[in-house]
Amino acid sequence: MLHVVACIKQVPDTKVAKLNPKTNTIDRASAPAILNPYDTHAVEEAVRLKKRYGGTVTVLTMGPPPAVKAIRRCVEIGADEGYMISDRAFAGADTLATSYALTKALHKISQIRPIDLIICGKMTIDGDTGQVGPGIARRLDIPPLTSVNKVVEIDKEGGSAVVHRKLEDGYEVVKSTLPCLLTVEKEINEVPYSPMPNLIKAARYQPTIWAVSDLEDVDRTQLGLKGSPTIVGSVWAPPKPQGGEILQGPVNSQVDQLMDILLQKKELFAVKGGAS
Amino acid sequence: MPDKFDVIVVGAGPAGISCAYHLAKSGVNVILIERGEYPGSKNVMGGVLYRKMMDDIIPGFYKEAPLERPIVEQRFMMLDKESALTFGYKGLEWAEEPYNNFTVLRAKFDQWFASKAEAEGALLINETVVLECIVEDGRVIGVRTDRPDGEIYADVVVLADGVNSLLAKQLGFHKEFKPNEVALATMEILKLDKAIIEDRFNLEPNQGCTIEIFGDATKGILGTGFLYTNKDTLSIGVGTLLSGLIKHKIKPYELLEYVKNHPMIKPYIKGSEPQEYLAHLIPEGGYHSMPKIVGNGVIVVGDAAQLVNAIHREGSNMAMTSGILAAETILLAKMTGDYSENMLDHYRMKLMDSFVGKDLKKYKDATHHFDKFPQYFEKYIPLMNQAASQMFTVDGSSKKEKQNKIWKDIGSAGEKMKIARDLVRAWRVMK
Repeated sequence: MLHVVACIKQVPDTKVAKLNPKTNTIDRASAPAILNPYDTHAVEEAVRLKKRYGGTVTVLTMGPPPAVKAIRRCVEIGADEGYMISDRAFAGADTLATSYALTKALHKISQIRPIDLIICGKMTIDGDTGQVGPGIARRLDIPPLTSVNKVVEIDKEGGSAVVHRKLEDGYEVVKSTLPCLLTVEKEINEVPYSPMPNLIKAARYQPTIWAVSDLEDVDRTQLGLKGSPTIVGSVWAPPKPQGGEILQGPVNSQVDQLMDILLQKKELFAVKGGAS
Repeated sequence: MPDKFDVIVVGAGPAGISCAYHLAKSGVNVILIERGEYPGSKNVMGGVLYRKMMDDIIPGFYKEAPLERPIVEQRFMMLDKESALTFGYKGLEWAEEPYNNFTVLRAKFDQWFASKAEAEGALLINETVVLECIVEDGRVIGVRTDRPDGEIYADVVVLADGVNSLLAKQLGFHKEFKPNEVALATMEILKLDKAIIEDRFNLEPNQGCTIEIFGDATKGILGTGFLYTNKDTLSIGVGTLLSGLIKHKIKPYELLEYVKNHPMIKPYIKGSEPQEYLAHLIPEGGYHSMPKIVGNGVIVVGDAAQLVNAIHREGSNMAMTSGILAAETILLAKMTGDYSENMLDHYRMKLMDSFVGKDLKKYKDATHHFDKFPQYFEKYIPLMNQAASQMFTVDGSSKKEKQNKIWKDIGSAGEKMKIARDLVRAWRVMK
């Protein structure tokens, strides 16, 4: 029986979110809060492994009270249990402090039920760093396997996992010991339309919520803003593409016009690194 | 074993949420199923929320609900091509608690209202479409959704699935609506600076104004336009019977563009930016179009039951009242354990006895009348504008001369008789 924990985060939907023109940070009020899309696939993969090998899927998140909604979404996908750590002391955490706090919560979860595998999304769509997953693995001293796009096998008895890691031009097959931590790509699976019984369970679900005082052995100086050495020098929005032109006329003439325009752009045809 | 509830409510609009809220509050195990991403995501109305009915459900709701502005002024515009005859009422008693009406944006308000039902214990399920009612031995015993393992069962199913209720249609409660029984409303939400809105509409902060527009707003087609002030947006829209659009071969968005560019309207919305475009059907058939609204194990509420007073642009309030009356009936039925049509018919009687039934009855011929006799909108509104223009233009002729001229301009004696007849007719359908 496998115990898989998925670490998840509630994020503003950056597809619709607007930037605050003054601070250049995401205006959180402008977008609905959703389960980080990569995490959706992490939870789905955990649920698939549970179906394959039997066991339990637990989800863990750190966030303010409304983040319960993200845990409910995980229950819709098929998670069995949800834990949330929520405390003012966690506020303002960067990836270092976040991975510290989550690790403390994972310790507590493993006392309830030993953990075989941790799955995270490759990154969040609000921070885009992809650091929390590997950070947790480092703190737990277990192997991190990033950019996983296929889980070939989990062998609990043999204590090993085989996965595919996505590379720029292919994939590599990696065998690791258990427990280990995976961060997954979106292409690892497709999340199906959740069944009605899961929805009903999720609507009623109340996750376990822990404050800092519920966790053991916590060094408070490593939490939240205090435990975050990251300094953001400046933030800016990428410039919007300028210009552009809508071609007119019949298709054939539009193609000719386009070819003319492209051929004039010499920089497109320069050989990278070559002598000019 | 599929889940069994006391009550399934289909559709999280004002009717469905009111019903679920009241039931949950009374300890009934109720599930509320919404097809949109969240309640309000697919719901549309011009934007006036009536305080009274909402206050009956959640007393003092205005202290915490996401409302736009309390309405302190209601204006009515009789529009011609290049003129408008306007009257209205502004009263500061409406600017104080408990207020009269509010402008709202449904995407925000419905979400809040549903969260109150959830807090009372109603189970809200979003993004789920109910495909059909499950019928056994002539009684509705549950619904089938588009979800895997999507069947759920209940003692009563409340259909609050909106205008064009496909579920009620499947049960044979109504036929496809005719184009003169439904209106199509299109609207835009326009972003505009708060201070500019208050300046332009002569408002203090936290005061709102509504303008109902008749006549040229719909190019003489039966219908109305509206312009409402929200916090930092304006809602502008136009609604006309489908039959009118078909007859005049006008596309709804063309009509909206026409209103937005009308010289009497344009200055109000100058400099604003479109934020959202919405369109929705409104059931305006009224009393004569009401479908069967009660069956064995099933009750129909809100727009699905055609509960709209087109003349007074009321609908959401009727929906709420119908939702509450349905809930009260279900509570009665629960005590007896009898969910038959006979028992649930209590709802229909209560509804017809309430202001909902009475108003629908009062105006039962109004929409049909104005649809049948287009001269009110096509002819009389321009005539009123001309008369006002004559009367108020200072050109050296005496007022008596002006009156005579207006009287002459109306037309021949026969024409005058016709107008008198039309006025009597209009009085009869409105009285």
